[in-house]
Amino acid sequence: MITGSGILRGLWTTFRHFVKTYLEDLRIGKKRYFTPEGIELRRSPDVEGIFTIQYPEEKLPVPEEFRYIPFLVYDEGVNGEKEIRCTSCGICAKVCPPQCIWIVRTNDPVTGKPIPQPKEFYIDVDICMNCGFCAEFCPFDAIKMDHDYEIASYDRLKEHIFDLERLSKPASYYAQIRPTNYAREEAARAEKEAQKAAARKVNP
Amino acid sequence: MSEQIEIQSPSLTERFPEIVVPDPRAGYGGYMVQPENLVQVVQALKDEMGYDYLSSVTGVDYLPENKMEVVYHFYRTTGGGALVLKTQVDRENPVVPSLTPLFPGAEFQEREAWDLLGIRFENHPDLRRILTWEGFYGHPLRKDWKEPFFEEETKPFKSRWPEGHVYRIEDKNPFHDNVQFPPGFDPEQWSPETDELLYSGLKRVDKTDDFLTEQVVVNLGPQHPSTHGVFRMVVVLDGETVVDLKPIMGYLHRNHEKIGERNTFLQNMPFTDRLDYVCSMSNNFGYALAVEKLMGVQPPERAEYIRVMMAELTRFLNHIFSIGFLLNDLGAFFTPMLYALEERELILDVFEAVSGSRMMCNYFRFGGVARDIPDDVMEKIRKLVLDRLPRKLDEMDYFITNNEIVRGRCEGVGVLTAEQAIALSASGPVLRASGVPYDVRRADPYSIYDRFEFDIPVRYNGDIYDRYLLRLDEMRQSLRILQQVLRDIPDGPIMSGKPQYQVRVPAGESYGRVEGPKGELGFYVVSNGKPNPWRYHVRAPTFINLTSLAEMCRGQKIADVVTILGSIDIVLGEVDR
Repeated sequence: MITGSGILRGLWTTFRHFVKTYLEDLRIGKKRYFTPEGIELRRSPDVEGIFTIQYPEEKLPVPEEFRYIPFLVYDEGVNGEKEIRCTSCGICAKVCPPQCIWIVRTNDPVTGKPIPQPKEFYIDVDICMNCGFCAEFCPFDAIKMDHDYEIASYDRLKEHIFDLERLSKPASYYAQIRPTNYAREEAARAEKEAQKAAARKVNP
Repeated sequence: MSEQIEIQSPSLTERFPEIVVPDPRAGYGGYMVQPENLVQVVQALKDEMGYDYLSSVTGVDYLPENKMEVVYHFYRTTGGGALVLKTQVDRENPVVPSLTPLFPGAEFQEREAWDLLGIRFENHPDLRRILTWEGFYGHPLRKDWKEPFFEEETKPFKSRWPEGHVYRIEDKNPFHDNVQFPPGFDPEQWSPETDELLYSGLKRVDKTDDFLTEQVVVNLGPQHPSTHGVFRMVVVLDGETVVDLKPIMGYLHRNHEKIGERNTFLQNMPFTDRLDYVCSMSNNFGYALAVEKLMGVQPPERAEYIRVMMAELTRFLNHIFSIGFLLNDLGAFFTPMLYALEERELILDVFEAVSGSRMMCNYFRFGGVARDIPDDVMEKIRKLVLDRLPRKLDEMDYFITNNEIVRGRCEGVGVLTAEQAIALSASGPVLRASGVPYDVRRADPYSIYDRFEFDIPVRYNGDIYDRYLLRLDEMRQSLRILQQVLRDIPDGPIMSGKPQYQVRVPAGESYGRVEGPKGELGFYVVSNGKPNPWRYHVRAPTFINLTSLAEMCRGQKIADVVTILGSIDIVLGEVDR
């Protein structure tokens, strides 16, 4: 090999990468930037030339399984009241690897017996490691992982412990961020209900 | 693996009747030997029986029996299973003869055992703390050691539920930064005199020439962009030539193993992601194998294929990343690196879609994987493996391999011979670039690697350039495996049994090892039947590969030290643990 050809090859590769961006611009046109289609193109396995996404003007859509900070799912009742799915069984708190979940049970004021509903529910998001175990092992589909990753705040001491209010999000939101998971769970639940109804019919 | 040990068993116990006895405990394997006979037995293992590779040295604190145990895993570089040797000493004053004179690769691991468990190794050349700092009080992996802010022995903590009230750790912590000092220790008055000790332990050469030059000690790091993190190298320089070098680590130490012993078995899975954060899937793999061995569960077919697929994608990702970084260290600032990052990005997109996170995947479970791969992601993997990645790999090869600067700076630099590499317990690309074709996937096959057709690349010069070329070769082989996986992957379940958050792990020990992208990644797990592991040890490949750093750097120029370190491909999350 001729001395210097190796370096020329490197320069040639860099030059090709540089030019390709403009060729692709000409080929694809204006929709290459700042459109969902263009973003999708720039992350596909066929991408050539420029690769970067101009955050925050452009945002990469996250996949359905993306997990970031848990939230509590509530169903909306007929009168718009929140029916939180959590029964404060505590499995999420037990399985949590860094132990960032605190739960206080509700006790019946008359009998003192526990009611399946959390009185308080805290997640310290500074501790949470986004592993997703709580959502994975929740038997009631009550806690799920969020998609909202832009949670920066100004005050670490006040805003980084999420309480019940901050954690609750409607089931419709859940259905929107995780459509296939939601559909699967709803189907399973409907089937269970049907089984229960059938069992009730057999021996009322 | 167990068959291999069976074949060996007559010879070791026959060779040393009375001295070597099989481990009698249920669920345990290997042999017990008294500390005074250890060196003699190991010498015979090495010289007569071909166990030339000391892979892992670790300690276990058996508090109830008041014993301290040191566990050694020996292998043959020709392949086969482990020979596990154990020796027990009293807990009060544990002294074990050091194996460093026989196997120099034991040096750092013995230092680690001294540091974390307080086992003293006689005849060790440099028995100082390695991961914790010099003023640290106590030996944290001992079962009776407690940090100043101590919550509970094991997770889950009772305070979280059902009457758990939220608090911030720093509000309760007595020192506001979880430190405790030895009695009479005042951090304000303390001067790091151990550094003097360290400097005086370095080799100097007797000057024979007439120049009255001085040999100087230079600290490279801990804050230095070329160290890939917070890592320090103390170098003795004669002009520009390195006379001796000592790596100093532990700046990122968080006692991963103590955390692991407090976690339940499953809770450890996301923590393994944080070891070598570039290849979390491989870490998951090793840990899952170790615990599955104890539990006796077998993942279903599809899960095995998915596991291999993820492990090989990780290998590709890691190698292309490390080549990019190597070029960075050579001065090709970030252009090749960014080309490498593009491919890494596409693979990370795949990881994100299947596991939910790009780097902290937490994807493996005991007896399978967490989620199935959606069809569109499968299509993307297919496109990557069959079209894009081979193309980009060739491009990389085209513009780096014959570059004059790369060749000039890498060829013949940082040489490690095959004998040295084996003796220093190097593994992974460092070992194979030195001419030792040892790869756990072939030598001691795990999962379903025995089904695939692939070669173990090997290079013979042992320099930086060969390590680079070897990584290219390995990526090609990974793609070859991936093509076979994509061809053969069956449909079916991805978990054996129901997913459980509290797994039942029978008492016993197990060592699961995989060929991670950086070398042999092993997890040594001891269970006593409780929900938490009694001992959880990580054989971190890059930590042990660093043992050979000094050997590679001696006689080289100071500028090459940076490149040599880059060619080992360290990740400090794993080195420091």
